[in-house]
Amino acid sequence: MKAAELPNAKGHFGMYGGKYVIETLMPALKELEALYKEAQTDPQFQKDLKYYLKQYVGRPSSLYFAENLTKELGGAKVYLKREDLNHTGAHKINNTIGSALLTLRMGKKRVIAETGAGQHGVATATAAALFGLECDVFMGEEDIKRQALNVFRMQLLGAKVIPVSSGTRTLKDATSEAIRNWITTVETTHYIIGSVVGPHPYPMIVRDFQKIIGEETIEQIQETEQRLPDLCVACVGGGSNSMGLFYPFIDHKDVGLIGVEAAGLGIETGKHGASLSHGNNGVLHGMMSYLLYDDDGQVQEAHSISAGLDYPGVGCEHSYYKDTGRIQYETITDDEALEGFQLLSKTEGIIPALESSHAIAHVAKLAPKLSKDKIIVVCLSGRGDKDVTQIAERMGIQL
Amino acid sequence: MSRIEERFNTLRSNNQKALVAFITAGDPDLESTRQLFSVIEKNGADIVELGVPFSDPLADGPVIQKSSQRSLKNGTTLKKIVNLVSEIRKDSELPIVLMSSFNPIHVYGFRQFVDDAVSAGVDGIIVPDLPPEESKELEDYANSKGLDMIFLLAPTSTPDRVEMVAQRSRGFIYYVSLTGTTGVRSQLPPGIETKLLEIRKASERPVLVGFGISGPEQARQASGISDGVIIGSAIVKLIEEHSGNPEIRDQKVAEFISSIHQTLKS
Repeated sequence: MKAAELPNAKGHFGMYGGKYVIETLMPALKELEALYKEAQTDPQFQKDLKYYLKQYVGRPSSLYFAENLTKELGGAKVYLKREDLNHTGAHKINNTIGSALLTLRMGKKRVIAETGAGQHGVATATAAALFGLECDVFMGEEDIKRQALNVFRMQLLGAKVIPVSSGTRTLKDATSEAIRNWITTVETTHYIIGSVVGPHPYPMIVRDFQKIIGEETIEQIQETEQRLPDLCVACVGGGSNSMGLFYPFIDHKDVGLIGVEAAGLGIETGKHGASLSHGNNGVLHGMMSYLLYDDDGQVQEAHSISAGLDYPGVGCEHSYYKDTGRIQYETITDDEALEGFQLLSKTEGIIPALESSHAIAHVAKLAPKLSKDKIIVVCLSGRGDKDVTQIAERMGIQL
Repeated sequence: MSRIEERFNTLRSNNQKALVAFITAGDPDLESTRQLFSVIEKNGADIVELGVPFSDPLADGPVIQKSSQRSLKNGTTLKKIVNLVSEIRKDSELPIVLMSSFNPIHVYGFRQFVDDAVSAGVDGIIVPDLPPEESKELEDYANSKGLDMIFLLAPTSTPDRVEMVAQRSRGFIYYVSLTGTTGVRSQLPPGIETKLLEIRKASERPVLVGFGISGPEQARQASGISDGVIIGSAIVKLIEEHSGNPEIRDQKVAEFISSIHQTLKS
């Protein structure tokens, strides 16, 4: 089956995806589906989207040949897809600009979002400021502590950050609380989900807004190398930067695709975020997908040093490609991610987000084993400024 | 005829309205649930809805979220709840409905769950995050075993959805009175009458109003335009407030149920 044929009309990717939500939200999802379909074929919408992505976000993001890193690793050539260079410092804004334009089209005046690392929150607050929308961002109390800088950025942008104290106080609970708020405000509010998760049509819409990462990559690598890469590597929390990079490559069967999940303190400790590698199918946040849960079906806590990967679920399209074998999934521990973080900082002068550091760390393991004529593209989904305080603390350094 | 149908037939022939009482199973433990069940039965509830706790109950407000947490903390599982129902069935014929998020049922294995629930004496199930679009397999199997699959309608439901749910819901139709999560509200939302009339036109099945009903006055108003009410958070709140003293807790719940019962039967 071709990648473009999924999801089917019901929003399913094989057995995954769907719309597992309370009746109250069903009409809004149908409406969103119809509206999105219209927007896709509306030249004006596409023109607006293109304009903001170019002039405001700064696209296309560069595909940078990391020569120093390549030398250091001594194997395959490593290219970085520089999503960290986007306005607001991560790939998240590709989706929030598109989604904010959809919101305007709906005539709604308020948007809500969930956030883990704060990158999606900042990106939503940014788009809301740009388009004059009211914006509330739900964020777990634990993450508010870990990501104080992003909290302040959101406030500067005019958004309200609503602390979530239920459950594990991280991304999972922030998402639950955003959905509860949406159940209450659905008639006036659009929920901008930050990843390829949630009920249909969200996983499809977010993927479509993020696929520009892969589309540009194809164009850029053709230009510099006159061929496609051998491997694409990206980190997977919910899975939006990875799906954005991978999706245009799905039908190019010769290109290997590797998603890197958080192994946290180590898979054997049970404290990780590797739902694809170590979870099972289940339903959370409106979709069927791989999920971490106990024998009774209760969702388990995830753990990762990076707030953006600290999520027990994952995008349903990833689940589908995990089962078909088209995408391979690997894991990287907190400690390995920190090594990746330092490696890229020192060799290339690029401080990566802790999330993206997982992908870097995996490439550091992989590249030396491959010959020098092989090409790896790794998605540098965000910059690491937001993580600096946390890492200093971990290294015992007082800033 | 199912216990639920039978109950509604009796109520209709006596021109009375139904009182459905919701409590979270295992809050604070399963022994208390058994005790509370009999208190609720004695004081006039027509159906008891047992909430299956879930780690991430998306349709619930803070009161039921917290009760879910208390229950899970004490080790409640769906299996234990099914066992509890078979215990209760030894001396009660009151209709019992389980309300659960889908994941516990999915992980249990939905066919196994339906089989076990039916043999324990469960009469119906409500799975809020499983709309008709996703429910086909579970629904067909439940129907084949005589377990009523009860669907929800909401203020946002469009006419085509009212039609679909009206046709597919068994036992009764659960009308979510407000655009929001569970929890008591000070008054009924505007526009509720129009929607209930629309549902009535689409179906002969009983329509019950839930979400946000806090006490006798709202119960009276809501039942005036429906077949009865579902009350959850108001009861769960009493259980939470008097957790230290089971005797007082039971007495408070008894008084509350009885006051609603009086209102609905008068």
